[in-house]
Amino acid sequence: MNILTWTWIIVGLSFALYIGIAIWSRAKTTGDFYVAAKQIHPVLNGMATGADWMSAASFISMAGLIAWMGRDGSMYLMGWTGGYVLLAMLLAPYLRKYGKFTVPMFVGERYYSQSARVVAVVCAIFVSFTYVAGQMRGVGVVFSRFLEVPINTGVLIGMAIVFFYATMGGMKGITYTQVAQYCVLITAYMIPAIFISIMLTGVPIPQLGYGASLSEGGQQILGSGPGHLLDKLNQIQVDLGFSAYTSGGSKSTIDVFMITLALMVGTAGLPHIIIRFFTTPTIRGARSSAGWALLFIAILYTTAPAVAAFARLNLIQSVEGKTYAEAPSWFKNWEKTGLAAWKDRNGDGKMQFAKGEPFKGKLEFAKDASGAVAIGPSGERVVKNEFDAKSTNEVYIDRDIVVLANPEIAKLPNWVVALVAAGGLAAALSTAAGLLLVIASAISHDLIKNVIAKDTTEKAELVWARVAAGAAVIIAGYFGIYPPGFVAQVVAFAFGLAASSFFPIIILGIFWKRATKEGAMLGMTAGILFTAAYIIYFKFVNPDLNNAKHWLWGISPEGIGSIGMVINFVVAVVVSKFTKAPPQAVQDMVGSLRFPRTIE
Amino acid sequence: MATKEKQAAYWKENLTYIVVLLGIWFLVSYVFGILMADTLDKTKIGGFPLGFWFANQGSEVIFVLLIAVYVWLMNRLDVKYDVHEQ
Repeated sequence: MNILTWTWIIVGLSFALYIGIAIWSRAKTTGDFYVAAKQIHPVLNGMATGADWMSAASFISMAGLIAWMGRDGSMYLMGWTGGYVLLAMLLAPYLRKYGKFTVPMFVGERYYSQSARVVAVVCAIFVSFTYVAGQMRGVGVVFSRFLEVPINTGVLIGMAIVFFYATMGGMKGITYTQVAQYCVLITAYMIPAIFISIMLTGVPIPQLGYGASLSEGGQQILGSGPGHLLDKLNQIQVDLGFSAYTSGGSKSTIDVFMITLALMVGTAGLPHIIIRFFTTPTIRGARSSAGWALLFIAILYTTAPAVAAFARLNLIQSVEGKTYAEAPSWFKNWEKTGLAAWKDRNGDGKMQFAKGEPFKGKLEFAKDASGAVAIGPSGERVVKNEFDAKSTNEVYIDRDIVVLANPEIAKLPNWVVALVAAGGLAAALSTAAGLLLVIASAISHDLIKNVIAKDTTEKAELVWARVAAGAAVIIAGYFGIYPPGFVAQVVAFAFGLAASSFFPIIILGIFWKRATKEGAMLGMTAGILFTAAYIIYFKFVNPDLNNAKHWLWGISPEGIGSIGMVINFVVAVVVSKFTKAPPQAVQDMVGSLRFPRTIE
Repeated sequence: MATKEKQAAYWKENLTYIVVLLGIWFLVSYVFGILMADTLDKTKIGGFPLGFWFANQGSEVIFVLLIAVYVWLMNRLDVKYDVHEQ
């Protein structure tokens, strides 16, 4: 069977599974809908959190980013895992003890203020929409690459699936679907990685494989002598004028430090992740669930750098210095889909890598007079983009190839390629569903039930929750089909905003009884305004100045959330000191959060 | 012990655990993986330069262990001060 048939079968089966789970786990109460009636086993909740967390970007793009960045790419690995330590120790057990439904609800009650709650609702909705638009687009992209349907049709199919199981099952349906999606995505990620590791080093565990020596088979494939895989990779990189793979170089130390911190703290402040710890039956369960979640995430996150190193070595070695006719078949296959290209800039007929991007912007191929794709002297597709005169790089390779072409490079059967497609879809759909639930509960519970119409009955609220989830899917789908130009730009926003808004005031709310309403409001506002202004200035107002020379202390907009967080903390503490202490009832509530069972 | 003192003692022990474990969290990622990575890279374990390994994999593995240790410590502490869920 060919790849396309396999992909339809495997993707179709996985979708049937998700729908089956949704029907089986329909939500009957608002408790079901918002927090799955707090009946999710910690291990299953850990798996669901893993799928919720790992998005299309983690699954498809992260290994590619790391392959190009070398050691500096570790900031994504550390940044997107370290937040769970903060969650387990500083947030999850206490918020679970609080025991209600949403993050804005906690903020509102802890800071005895309806306006604090509304501010939190706005932040939660903004952060979640920013994120979800990218996921729906991701669904469309996977569909178009693997199933040869237009991107927009892909987005519509994705919308239909999420619409069905998110409105029907709420948190309960989403959780069980996410457990299934985790299993699909981790299998899809591991199989090619394991086979490539065996192929190159003979070690079946990719996490260890990339630190091992090349096996004889591996030396044959790469056409190189014996030695440690990473040593070979370093040597090739240095020979071609790149910095060594295992040392930093693309970013300053302070920037890597600040970006890592912003990602960690941002993770711990993202409402769709925090809310997952509301679903466990016990406080003990909330703590261990964070551990399970991180374990399940770490399986993929420790494999990604191995995939990155294997791919980087393989890509360069199999392309560098070859003529187009000698180039591997995956290069030509992905050239057809616009993810790889070559231009013989020095006219020697050979493909050469060099430091720097070959050109700016999205790859475009030239057309000849008859409207067909123009073909160059070696048989390659002619690139329309103007090449960057500062670099001599001739080869363009989209970073996503690292994961997408893995099965092909390892010469695995067609059904594995299909599995990777299903894995990418599982990653995107599971994250989208988790985010949509945050939006739905913020609207139906925090706005409608508690601000607009307090007399809403439980039954009516459940209807509203479903309507809000449905509306959110449609808006997210709209952004997926007509992506605003700034979507890619504002991903930094989501983490920076979460880091500089929610994280500090939730931590203070739990650990410091004296934190006041005024402190929280001003802290949150100062943190967000500073972070947003910095990002907007460098990303939109003056993109030409967006370089280390003009940044504050050399911190890029991606890392500025760390400073925003510090500002939030400082302002909140100082203002709290000078304002009236919170009411005794609130202080008692904070006190009770600290003990799993209140001592009489 | 009176209830108040008991609660204060429980909370203090919890905070001590958190400070120590987050100290390790900071050390393996920010210090070993970022600030001192170049120095540690001179040492190798297997084929991995040490600083690179901490940044690439070591911190993630240690993060998982840190949560496991915290869960274990807290489950014991809850019972010791009789605040565990029934």
